[in-house]
Amino acid sequence: MLKTYTWPRFAAREAPERGASTTRRVPLVIVGAGPVGLAAAIDAAQRGLPVLLLDEDDTVSVGSRGLCYAKRTLEILDRLGVGQRVVDKGVTWNVGRTFHREREVFSFDLLPDAGHRRPGMVNLQQYHLEQYLVERAQALPAIDLRWKHRVAQVEPRGDGALLHIDSAEGPYTLHADWLLVADGARSPIRRQLGLDVEGQVFRDRFLIADVLLDGEPFPLERTERRFWFEPIFFEGESALMHREADNVWRIDFQLGWEADPEAEKQPARVAPRIRALLDQHGFAHIGFELEWVSVYTFQCRRMKRFRHGRLLFVGDSAHQVSPFGARGANSGVQDTDNLMWKLQRVIGGRAPEALLDSYAQERESAADENIMNSTRSTDFMTPKSRAARTLRDAVLSLAAEVPAARALVNSGRLSVPSTLADSPLNTPDVDAFEGWMQPGAPMDDAPTHEAGASGWLLPAFGDGFALLFFGAPAADERALLAVLAVAEEPLRTVVVLPPGVPALPGLRYLHDAQSLAARRYDAQPGSVYLIRPDQHVAARWRRLDAGRVLAALRRAGGHQVATAEAATSA
Amino acid sequence: MTQHLHLMPNFGSPGQRHRQAYAGGDAFYERLLDAHRGLSDAQSELLNARLLLLLANHIGDLRVIGEAIDLARAGIAEPPPPSKEAS
Repeated sequence: MLKTYTWPRFAAREAPERGASTTRRVPLVIVGAGPVGLAAAIDAAQRGLPVLLLDEDDTVSVGSRGLCYAKRTLEILDRLGVGQRVVDKGVTWNVGRTFHREREVFSFDLLPDAGHRRPGMVNLQQYHLEQYLVERAQALPAIDLRWKHRVAQVEPRGDGALLHIDSAEGPYTLHADWLLVADGARSPIRRQLGLDVEGQVFRDRFLIADVLLDGEPFPLERTERRFWFEPIFFEGESALMHREADNVWRIDFQLGWEADPEAEKQPARVAPRIRALLDQHGFAHIGFELEWVSVYTFQCRRMKRFRHGRLLFVGDSAHQVSPFGARGANSGVQDTDNLMWKLQRVIGGRAPEALLDSYAQERESAADENIMNSTRSTDFMTPKSRAARTLRDAVLSLAAEVPAARALVNSGRLSVPSTLADSPLNTPDVDAFEGWMQPGAPMDDAPTHEAGASGWLLPAFGDGFALLFFGAPAADERALLAVLAVAEEPLRTVVVLPPGVPALPGLRYLHDAQSLAARRYDAQPGSVYLIRPDQHVAARWRRLDAGRVLAALRRAGGHQVATAEAATSA
Repeated sequence: MTQHLHLMPNFGSPGQRHRQAYAGGDAFYERLLDAHRGLSDAQSELLNARLLLLLANHIGDLRVIGEAIDLARAGIAEPPPPSKEAS
């Protein structure tokens, strides 16, 4: 029992399918109501897809698990309707400071540029996030959320999968046209099907302690992440401190591979380490209580393929990383952001199944990037040979004086979204652009004004495909945009105007309040971006050309494109 | 103070750009660790020395190399606390 949180117990309901003479066929089943499965279910429901969400338990995450939610994830949570709750309850931070013994050797700022709705990172205990997602899911009638329903066996079929499910009242069977597997790192479904997950196990152990403090080491508005190499308060290799909600602080101690997990978890062993950390940083007056203690090891690995026919793997079931980059839950939520609009189109008959291969391609690449960064951090933090240790120590010994060495200090490279540069859905540039908003990039945010009210660029996107048009469109451009708006694939337009330029009726107009949107998108009057339903850039041009837009739209929707544009991009 | 030796982060590949400033340096570090993988301590020392000779020759400018030697040596003249052995 925690001082600061009481786990809810959700009521298990009886399955209406039990005892039925025929097997019920449902379009979409998601297994696992963790943050990733819940995000997927909410996204599906918001896109009009009925979904059955199964979980073998009847409560939210137990223990100290996911902690840091990155800017991109917060933007997705905004779209799912829980972003503000997470930000309000959680602890916002952007600055991380890294020490070697007593000396500060490196610091980073996740969000050096202002003008984004969301901060670089918000810390929040995973159970709060899950609870908000559950409450949101319960408010959506399209979600049939079943607690204490355990998938005992999956039989993949060409047209879906047969699911044999155990519930308190007994077993039943369903036919799912599509199955999303979000059942976690140990994924019983992945194991039952004998699917490979390949990678590297790290030979090290880390102790997590969640502690409730009776004072504040630093004020809430100046929250930062602190990391120590060879800390003076602890005999191990490294330590990490994060602030969570409710003045709970999470401290990770790197114990080494030989440590005995059971012995290390004993409060009599943990408490003096916490006390030493506080005392040696001038906080001898602050008392604490232990909320949670556990010891963990980790792996960096992924499934070779995230799509197996009608089975789609998302989150930890598909890929796992070390925890030092906050790339676990964040990348899992980003998987669902990528997948659900595609699934909506395939189930609705508006896109070929091949569109789902782009989910696999894009998110396998993203997983590789996450695994690469998280492996590099781990290799720096836990050197595996004398040579690796000497190199690490050389970096730390130079870091305080030499900026080049400081840049190599790696205490975790924190989650940033992948630019899907090699995606088959992208239409390569034919015009020259500066900046980072290349095809495949997740949209940068910017402050806007709309009809006198302050707002943000990102919330204007995220349902269907849309055009982002910069500057006041001329009459002929307005005529083209009107045609595109009612085409077979309706394409909304959002116009971003410089401050002071008057809006015209007929289109949605946002004013670029600080001219940051134009700068971030390297926009000139007439520049136009094609935006995917997951707020990634699909294509961009210096001037509107309806033929090119339609070709790019077909390509981004997973259709074969056999036009001159396609040929030039081969 | 160094007059000729660059001390600012400088890793990258021509024509490649990275949104995250750490990407180039991290790629270098990984490449170097990979080269050491599977070597004995003595072999690793030899690898480092061979690498040093190649890079020093590539730089060539003895003013740069001299400043680098002095800076590297200065940090060792005031020895840091002994580092712990790998467990």
